[in-house]
Amino acid sequence: MTPDRVDLAIIGAGPAGMAAAALAAELGLDTVLIDEQDSPGGQIYRGIERAPENTPLGADYLAGKSLAASLRASGAAYLPATTIWHIDPDGTLSLISAGASRTLRAHRILIATGAIERPVPIPGWTLPGVMTAGAAQIMLKTADLVPAGRAVLAGQGPLLWLVAAQLIRAGAPPAAILETTPHRNYHAAARLLPATLWPGRRALRKGLALIREVRRAGIPIRREVRGLRAIGRATGDKSVERVVWDGGEIAADLLLLHEGVIPNTQISLALGLDHRWDAAQLCWRPAVDEWGATGVPTIAIAGDGGGIAGAAAASLSGRLAALDAAAFLDKLDPAERDRRARPLRAALKRQLAIRPFLDALYRPAPAVLVPADDIVACRCEEVTVAQIRRAARLGAQGPNQAKAFTRCGMGPCQGRICGPIVSAVMAETLGKPIAEIGAYRPRAPYKPITLGALAGLGAE
Amino acid sequence: MFRKRPDSAAPTVPVSVEGRDIRVPAGASAAAAMLLAGFAAIRETGVTGTPRGPYCLVGVCFDCFAEINGIPNRQSCMVRVAPGMAIRRQHGRRAVEVNDA
Repeated sequence: MTPDRVDLAIIGAGPAGMAAAALAAELGLDTVLIDEQDSPGGQIYRGIERAPENTPLGADYLAGKSLAASLRASGAAYLPATTIWHIDPDGTLSLISAGASRTLRAHRILIATGAIERPVPIPGWTLPGVMTAGAAQIMLKTADLVPAGRAVLAGQGPLLWLVAAQLIRAGAPPAAILETTPHRNYHAAARLLPATLWPGRRALRKGLALIREVRRAGIPIRREVRGLRAIGRATGDKSVERVVWDGGEIAADLLLLHEGVIPNTQISLALGLDHRWDAAQLCWRPAVDEWGATGVPTIAIAGDGGGIAGAAAASLSGRLAALDAAAFLDKLDPAERDRRARPLRAALKRQLAIRPFLDALYRPAPAVLVPADDIVACRCEEVTVAQIRRAARLGAQGPNQAKAFTRCGMGPCQGRICGPIVSAVMAETLGKPIAEIGAYRPRAPYKPITLGALAGLGAE
Repeated sequence: MFRKRPDSAAPTVPVSVEGRDIRVPAGASAAAAMLLAGFAAIRETGVTGTPRGPYCLVGVCFDCFAEINGIPNRQSCMVRVAPGMAIRRQHGRRAVEVNDA
């Protein structure tokens, strides 16, 4: 059993969490890794332990195997299928697993909850059969399932091309790729190319190889697609039937959307940690130092949850956070921490070299952040962009007030999906920068829990 | 909606989806089982009764609420299938059942 107060509790078993847990345990920290899934990997390496060597998911995916193996071989306690529903900055975590809740105390908490896909609020995005590209990838990673019928991939970003290539290898090529990258992005990215070419060469080569692989498969590709919308069947389940854009349309049984990923800030926002609006990546990111430490001494953040940098960078930042946790708990001399961090920082710098280029190339078009008035922004409570604008004009000064005006963000997802949209729409309506408008302040329970689980906690 | 990858060697388990027995890959979620069974829509929204299906499949959107083994409002993308699992769609808003003592 895990003791009453552990040295380090890590939330999320993706690359950052797995790497941090293995190193922290090696450094002698009593470490617990808590994860909502029933096997390690996070979303990027989801299902990694069961993946065959010839998986259509490719070599970068298989790189997760060694991370999962080093976690298993480490002395870190691993709590799978366990959800965190509250964290107190004093180090108390409230967990729920198998329907029962309990608490755990830690001297330090490392949030490694990774990224989520940016919401893509086009007309028809709530129709059955409209999913994210990542969702299709999860079907392949966890269950070896591929789209049946015509799957259309639409949006932009490295993951769009990766999913296309993986579906081709899996024997289920997409019917078309509709790339939404605005023309001006090419100019912005081109300016960064000279500085990126050498330090970012490996990532560039990988990306170009993916695009070539998709082209060679003969998949129709439309560029600079604008006015994307999904049209549903008139009857029955109303599921998607066609995808339409300015100047074209295609029949589709499945529409897979992707406009990049953003940090999963649900827990860091709920904790009231300081967050900054990242104008390059167009998302909120928690303010952290070079070790991932936040303004609250007991809490640190590693991986994409602290800013999008990818899986390889996430495992490096996880290790940096583990070193810092060990120094924080007097298990490692600060000078030794710094010495051991040096090669990690050098590797991290190499991983980050491609980012400014990717951020410029795949910067979402304005309509992704601020959609048209008739589009549903809050999927749970079915609140439209127009209703949020009206709330702003009636005096709501930020997303938290808009909640009270409209119920946006008050459904089961607790603003995870509509948060970025509501902040951007209010900023535009009120003519203020997003940084000033702010983000939702999510509240515990971070995930819905049953009254039975809560009652059981009191009976402990 | 979805089908098994042609070369898949994934082991399968028997579950029932809307009362129909099907075999699904052992690593699948209940939401994936629904999609494999051909249901694009898993639920109807509580506000307007509009059909919805899973959007993210990673536990973020909560659009995959389903009834699993008789318990409604389960985030079906977060529940892995088990032999004999009964998965059903759910319609509209849940209500509290009050049993007079």
